[in-house]
Amino acid sequence: MSLGKEMSLKKMSRTHVNCTINGDEVDFLTTDATSLLDALRDEVGLTGAKEGCGTGDCGACSVLVDGRIQCSCLIFAPEAEGRHITTVEGMADGEHLHPLQQTFLEGAALQCGICTPGFLLAAKALLDENPAPTETEIRYGLAGNLCRCTGYDKIIRAVQEAAVQLKGA
Amino acid sequence: MTATEHPPAYKYVGTRPIRHDGYDKVIGKARFAADLNLPGQLHGAIHRSPHAHAKILSIDTSAAEAMPGVKVVVTGDDFPALDPKNPNFDLAANIIARGVAYYHGHAIAAVAANTKPEAQAAAAAIKVEYELLPAVLSIDESMADGAPLVNETNHTKFVPPGEPSNLSTITNLDRGDVDDALAAADVVIEREFDCAHVHQGYIEPHACVVDTGPDGKTSVWCSSQGHFRVRSMTADVLGWDKSRVKVTPAEIGGGFGGKTTVYLEPLAARLSEKAGKPVKMVMSREEVLRATGPAPEAKMKIKIGATNDGELTAIDGWMAYGVGAFGDMAGLIGAMSVASYKFPNLRMETYTALTNTPKSAAYRAPSAPHAAFAIESVVDEVALELGMDPIELRLKNAAVEGDLTAMGMPHPRVGLVECLEALKASDHYNSEVPEGAARGVAVGFWFNIGEESSATVNLNEDGTATVLTGSPDIGGSRASMALMAAERLGIDVYSITPVVADTEAVGFTDVTEGSRATFATGKAVVQACDMIIDELKKRAASIMSVDVDQVAWVDGAAVSAGHGGGEGGEPLTLAAITAQAKRTGGPLTATASLNAAGAGPSFAVHCADISVDEETGVVSVLRYTAVQDAGTAIHPSYVEGQFQGGSVQGIGWALNEEYIYNADGVMDNASFLDYRIPVASDLPLIETIIVEVPNPAHPYGVRGVGETGIVPPMATIANAINAATGVRMTSLPMSPPKLLSALNKRSK
Ligand code: FES
Ligand code: FES
Repeated sequence: MSLGKEMSLKKMSRTHVNCTINGDEVDFLTTDATSLLDALRDEVGLTGAKEGCGTGDCGACSVLVDGRIQCSCLIFAPEAEGRHITTVEGMADGEHLHPLQQTFLEGAALQCGICTPGFLLAAKALLDENPAPTETEIRYGLAGNLCRCTGYDKIIRAVQEAAVQLKGA
Repeated sequence: MTATEHPPAYKYVGTRPIRHDGYDKVIGKARFAADLNLPGQLHGAIHRSPHAHAKILSIDTSAAEAMPGVKVVVTGDDFPALDPKNPNFDLAANIIARGVAYYHGHAIAAVAANTKPEAQAAAAAIKVEYELLPAVLSIDESMADGAPLVNETNHTKFVPPGEPSNLSTITNLDRGDVDDALAAADVVIEREFDCAHVHQGYIEPHACVVDTGPDGKTSVWCSSQGHFRVRSMTADVLGWDKSRVKVTPAEIGGGFGGKTTVYLEPLAARLSEKAGKPVKMVMSREEVLRATGPAPEAKMKIKIGATNDGELTAIDGWMAYGVGAFGDMAGLIGAMSVASYKFPNLRMETYTALTNTPKSAAYRAPSAPHAAFAIESVVDEVALELGMDPIELRLKNAAVEGDLTAMGMPHPRVGLVECLEALKASDHYNSEVPEGAARGVAVGFWFNIGEESSATVNLNEDGTATVLTGSPDIGGSRASMALMAAERLGIDVYSITPVVADTEAVGFTDVTEGSRATFATGKAVVQACDMIIDELKKRAASIMSVDVDQVAWVDGAAVSAGHGGGEGGEPLTLAAITAQAKRTGGPLTATASLNAAGAGPSFAVHCADISVDEETGVVSVLRYTAVQDAGTAIHPSYVEGQFQGGSVQGIGWALNEEYIYNADGVMDNASFLDYRIPVASDLPLIETIIVEVPNPAHPYGVRGVGETGIVPPMATIANAINAATGVRMTSLPMSPPKLLSALNKRSK
C-alpha cells in the first residue's frame, strides 16, 4: 500500500498550455494529470503557491484565476489555457508592495509564513469584491485558508487595515 | 496590550520593527524545503504498513525496481541495527521498520525515481508478506494485565532492566500526607478525564532534499526546528559520523514541537547514496497525519481537597499518557507540569504507555495541556462548591518564588500572581457576561528549557553587523535576535542582519523547543555582542591613544574622558571603528556559546466567553483573552502571536480535533477535511495581555513564551461550558456529538 496519490504509469503525452501569469504571457508543457499548483511550481518556477494538503482543504495553494480565488491543487494544469493567473509573486507592483503585503508585514500577520501567499491572495479577492468588509465578512472570506500559527487575529486586523488604506487611496 | 511597562532604558527591546525576513515571505520568495530543487534530483516515495501491528515476513521489491524511472529501493535491511542503548534506537526503528511494523503507516520501504508519480507507483508495487500480530490500541488495553506487547524492544526506563513492557515510564511523586489531608478537607472533588490524540497541524508537510556525494559527504536541506539535531539523528540512523552530514535549514512552515525530530532525511540520504543523485522527499498531508507525531492521548483521575476558606490542601493524581509504539517520557513530563498551586500534600502517579499507533512527538508544552485540562477543571469545581470567584481561589493558592513544583523543585521568580491580577483588572473580566453566554478561566504553566546555543557576531566595514545563530526562525526569532543585538551594540535594528546559519557555519545549537530560542540563543547573541564591544573599546583606545579602561561604550560609540585632552573628545562610532579595522588589528568578530541555565517558567491565565447551542452541541467562542508572563517581550507583536496561536490550537483541541481510529488501528480522518483545525470564521479576536516579570537569568529578562499558551484553553472552555450548561465535560474534544449527548443525559 502506498499512501501517496496513485498515478497512472503510462508515459503521459504532454500538453502545451498558453496563459497569462502575473501579467506576462507564459507557455509551458504539462501532463493532463498535473495540477496547476505543480505546474506553477515545477514547470513555471513560481514556488510562492504552497502545498499544504493537495486536496483543497488548506488554501495554501490559492491563486487568482481570472480574478477569482481558486485552489490551484484542484485545477488541472491544462485548464489554465487562456486564463489570467495571479500568484503571490504578482501582487506587488514592482518595488511597491500591495497594501495587503505591507499591512501583513507591519501587523505581524505571519509567523512561519507558509500560509501567507494564500491568505494574501484570498484577502485580495475579498477586498476586490467587497472593499469595506465587516470583521465577520473577512472571517468568512478567509475561511478556506488555514493558518496554524497566528490564531488569525493579526491576519484579520491586517486585512481591516489594508481595506482602510485602499479606500483612502 | 502590555500590563507591565519596561524600564524606559531600552531603545530597541520592546519595539515592533518589521521582521528582517518578512519581505521575502510576503512576495513569495522565501524558500521553504519543498521549494528547493537540485539539478538531476530524484523523487522519493514511501511504502507504508497497512497493518497496526504485523511481523514482516518478506519484502519483494523486484516489480517496483523494474518500473520505469525507478533508480533505487531501500528497506530496513539497508540501515544498520542500532545498539538498543543508542538514544536514537527508537527513532531509527520508527523511520523504517526492521522486521515488525508497529503502527498503520509505519514506513516499510522507500523508492527513488525520476518523477514523483513514478516513485509513488513503484512504492505501491512493493509486495510485503505480513503475519498479523495483536494490535494494542488504547491506554486501557496497553496497561491491562496480560496485555500483548506493543513493541518487544521496549523496557521501562529508569528501573533495572527487566522483561519487555508496555510501559515506558512510571513516576511516583509524593509529599506530605495526602490521605490525611483529603480526610480532613472540607471539600473533596474527584473527576476522571480523557484526551484523544491530536496533531500539531503545521501547514507545511515534512520535506527535504538530500545529496550524498561520491566522497560520502552528505548535504541536507530541510524544514526542521533544529538542524543540528537533524544532523545527529540522520547520522545516527545511518551509522555515520556526524561530521559527514551538513544540514542547511530551509524556512520552516510551522513545527510546534513536531519538527524536533526526523522522518525523511535518513531515508533520502540512503536513497541518494545508493543512486548517486540528490533525492527530494515531500510528505503528503495524509502521510503527515498517519505517520508523524501526534501529541499523546491521555487518561487522568484527579482528586483535590480544600478547606472552606479556599486553601487547596491536597492533590491526588493518576495520569497515563499513550504515546504510540515507542518509548517516551510523556508521563514524567506530565508530572513535571503540575506546578501552579502550592498543594502542601501531593501524590502524583504517572505512566507512559505504548500503543500500536504513530510515535508521539512534542506538541507545544508537551504533556502539560492534558494535565491542566484535568486539574484546572477540578479546581473550577472546587471554586463552585465553595462559592468562590475562580480567580480569587487561584490567587489564594498560586505558586510563588520558593514554592515547590510537583517534582519538588522550588520555583524561581514567577509571574502567576501577576497574571491573575492582570486578568482580574482586565476589561474582559470586568465586562458583563453577554446574554446567553458564560465565562470560564483556567491557568497554564510551562517550565521552559535552556540548553546549548552559539552565536557569532561579525561587524562589517560599513558599521553594520551580521548575527549568525543556529536557531531556525519559526515565528519571528530573527527579529528578536536583531533587537537584542541592536540594543547591546547601540546601532539601528536594520543595521543588523540576522542569519540562521547551517551546521558548518555556526557553533552547535540545540533544537528550537521548550521555548528556548529567544532565551538561550538570545543570551548567546548578547554575550557575543559584549565580547565584540570589549574589542571595539580596545580598538577605540588605540585610535584615541588612551588607556582602554578610559573607554566606555555608550549609544553605539566609544567615548573616553581622556581622549582629546581631559574634556572628552568626539565619540568614535562603531562605523568609524570598523572603517579602521584593517590598521587596528583586522576584522571584528566574536563568537559566544553557552549551556543556558535559568530558563524562567512562564505562567498564563486564559478567559473565554462562550455560548452553547443546546440543539446541536456546538460551542461558539465569543470572546477570548490570553494573559501570559513573557518576562520581557523583545518583539511584542510576535509574543502576542505566540499567545494567540497557542490559544487557538488549544481551542481546536478543546472543541474539535481528534484522531479517530477504527477497530484495526487505522486513522479514519487523515485529511484536513476530516481532521478539522480552527478556521477564521470559528473564532473571535484573541485579546492578549503581556505580563512582564523579568527573568533574572536573562540579560533583558526574557522567559520563553512559545508553549504555555496551549495549556489553559481546554479547561478554560470546559469551565465555561459548565457555567453555561451545568454539564462538566471530562473528555476531549468537547465536540458537538459528545456535548449533545451530555446535555441530553443532563435533561433526563
Ligand atoms: S494545497 Fe491546495 S488547498 Fe491545500
Ligand atoms: S503563519 Fe504559519 S501557518 Fe500561518
